[in-house]
Amino acid sequence: MLEMNNINKIFQTADIQTHALRDFCLHVNEGEFVSVTGPSGSGKTTFLNIAGLLETYSSGEFLLDGKDVGKLNDNGRSRLRNEKIGFIFQGFNLIPDLNLYDNVDVPLRYRGFNSKERKRRIEENLERVGLATRMKHLPSQLSGGQQQRVAIARALATSPRFLLADEPTGNLDSEMAQGVMALLEEINQQGTTIIMVTHDAQLAARAKRTIQVKDGQVNEQQSAPILNKQAIA
Amino acid sequence: MFNYYLRLAWISILRHWGLSLLMVSAIGLGIGAAITTVTVNYLMSSNPIPEQSEQLFYVQLDSWDVNDPFDDGLNPPDQLTYTDATNLMRAKQAFRQSVQAQAFAVIEPTDPDMLPLIVNARANTADFFTMFNVPFLYGNPWSQASDDNKEHVVVLSKASNEKLFGGENSVGQSIKLAGNMYRVVGVIDNWQPKPRFYDITTGAFNDTEDIFVPFHLIADEKISRSGNTNCWKPTGDGFQAFLASECIWTQFWVQLNSAQEKAEYMQFLNAYVQEQQQLGRFQRPIDNRLSNVMQWLASQEVVADDAQMMMAMSFMFLMVCLLNTVGLLLAKFLGKAPEIGLRQALGASKRTLFYQYIIESACIGIIGGILGLILAYFGLQGIELLYGDAMKDLATLDSKMAGLAVVLALFSSILAGLYPTWRACHIQPAQQLKSQ
Repeated sequence: MLEMNNINKIFQTADIQTHALRDFCLHVNEGEFVSVTGPSGSGKTTFLNIAGLLETYSSGEFLLDGKDVGKLNDNGRSRLRNEKIGFIFQGFNLIPDLNLYDNVDVPLRYRGFNSKERKRRIEENLERVGLATRMKHLPSQLSGGQQQRVAIARALATSPRFLLADEPTGNLDSEMAQGVMALLEEINQQGTTIIMVTHDAQLAARAKRTIQVKDGQVNEQQSAPILNKQAIA
Repeated sequence: MFNYYLRLAWISILRHWGLSLLMVSAIGLGIGAAITTVTVNYLMSSNPIPEQSEQLFYVQLDSWDVNDPFDDGLNPPDQLTYTDATNLMRAKQAFRQSVQAQAFAVIEPTDPDMLPLIVNARANTADFFTMFNVPFLYGNPWSQASDDNKEHVVVLSKASNEKLFGGENSVGQSIKLAGNMYRVVGVIDNWQPKPRFYDITTGAFNDTEDIFVPFHLIADEKISRSGNTNCWKPTGDGFQAFLASECIWTQFWVQLNSAQEKAEYMQFLNAYVQEQQQLGRFQRPIDNRLSNVMQWLASQEVVADDAQMMMAMSFMFLMVCLLNTVGLLLAKFLGKAPEIGLRQALGASKRTLFYQYIIESACIGIIGGILGLILAYFGLQGIELLYGDAMKDLATLDSKMAGLAVVLALFSSILAGLYPTWRACHIQPAQQLKSQ
């Protein structure tokens, strides 16, 4: 489903070349819950950005659902991102000017759903995260945990096959973090593939599969109940 | 999606109201200044008689001093002598022709309780009304026969008819001018051609006259002429000597309906001047001119250089305002970098983002345009206050100018928004989402 073969990402400044990813190889199958850990600067966020088509790579091959991502133009990447990928960020990234309903509506607008379908999906997903009664509230009127739930509702609204989460509990206290993790586990059980970057070893352990990124490479893999064909460069 | 983008633009404008206000003010000021000057220039240079301007020709003959040419020799005199005007009238070589001059008169009311009324008058021949499409409220122009028979007839303006007869149909009634009774044959409706093309020597933007009387009354000394008079040699004593002099004070128009008629009339003018040369007049090289209405207005520089300079400066001011708007939009859109990055993550392509932000720029432009219209209205009121009656009717916004203001504002704001929008669309989403 997600297949990265020998992906390299080099950041070039005036004098220095930085290899953020070096011959990075990873295969993720449908339905997996993969946690990605690693020290700061190891390349895990770069990996997540490339996986989410937010960043291009310098060389290698990246197939998403069999589609060669490297051959897509901006429109094609945007469409693929909208259809197949949902994002959850550490900082929630809700649009402060829009209420919850309109925040969840954003990816649905780009998808081109009609208003009836958008309304159904928004209500259904806000209901799912327990915030259906607060649709007209602005993000600033919610707690951090509630904001992250809205971000999850937004990520799920387009029914993505992938959920990419970058430190989803990083800005939450432990109680709220547990709640968000439970929600992610529930979503995964319903069939959505999740890749979660985290520093928290305890939360990482709750994933079905854990990989560690170090110096831009996948250098360790812990046991996982779902079989995968990961290649370690 | 258009409605969605409009809604987002509205939310964004309200949310960043301070910045939005600055941009709207910048565009509004620029548009206001531009539209004010464009309106004045537009009205100054408009065609006052579009349906007939190609067939009406102003006649110029160079009867001036051989040693001291008129207008440094660039143009022949801008009026005709009485001798030439009446000779051309008598010749009747054009389809229609009219000689005219400005005059003034005092109307003596029949009611002894009323005060005499000083009025501006135009002394002209019968074809004047037909040639210049003068609209009549009551009655008709006087006839050619009235001119020939030297009848005492008068045509009143609508305003004069209001004053003298309370607006009633006064055709057949009489008024008294300098002791003589004149029969009212017609009352004209509102008629204010701008520029007042038929006589720009006495002010291109003056109002039309209060009354119109036959031209022969001047020669008969029954009405006093006024207006510009230029002479290049002594006139001699007495009014008859003045009429026979080389002083120029009449305007002569002809109606020629085809190029052939024009060519034939020019031949006639040349023959006339050659004939006059044999009589010792017209010592300068032949320089007869037939200028249609717009050519005549252009040659007399009816649109003042000052007005054109002001318009150029106002457009430069608009450019400065737009550059400011570019800076403000850039600040606003780059301030939205995190939102732009997020929208890209949620599926927005660069193209959709471009539409979204260019629509926001256009909305700011439209609001700026409306403000500009209001400012232009006040600007034109200011011009009217400053320059008085001369600018009346020239300082008026019409629907064309209002439309131009909105289109100009829209175009300007989209132009100003192009670079900031392009920059916004090329924001790297990964960097923005990480920095949140």
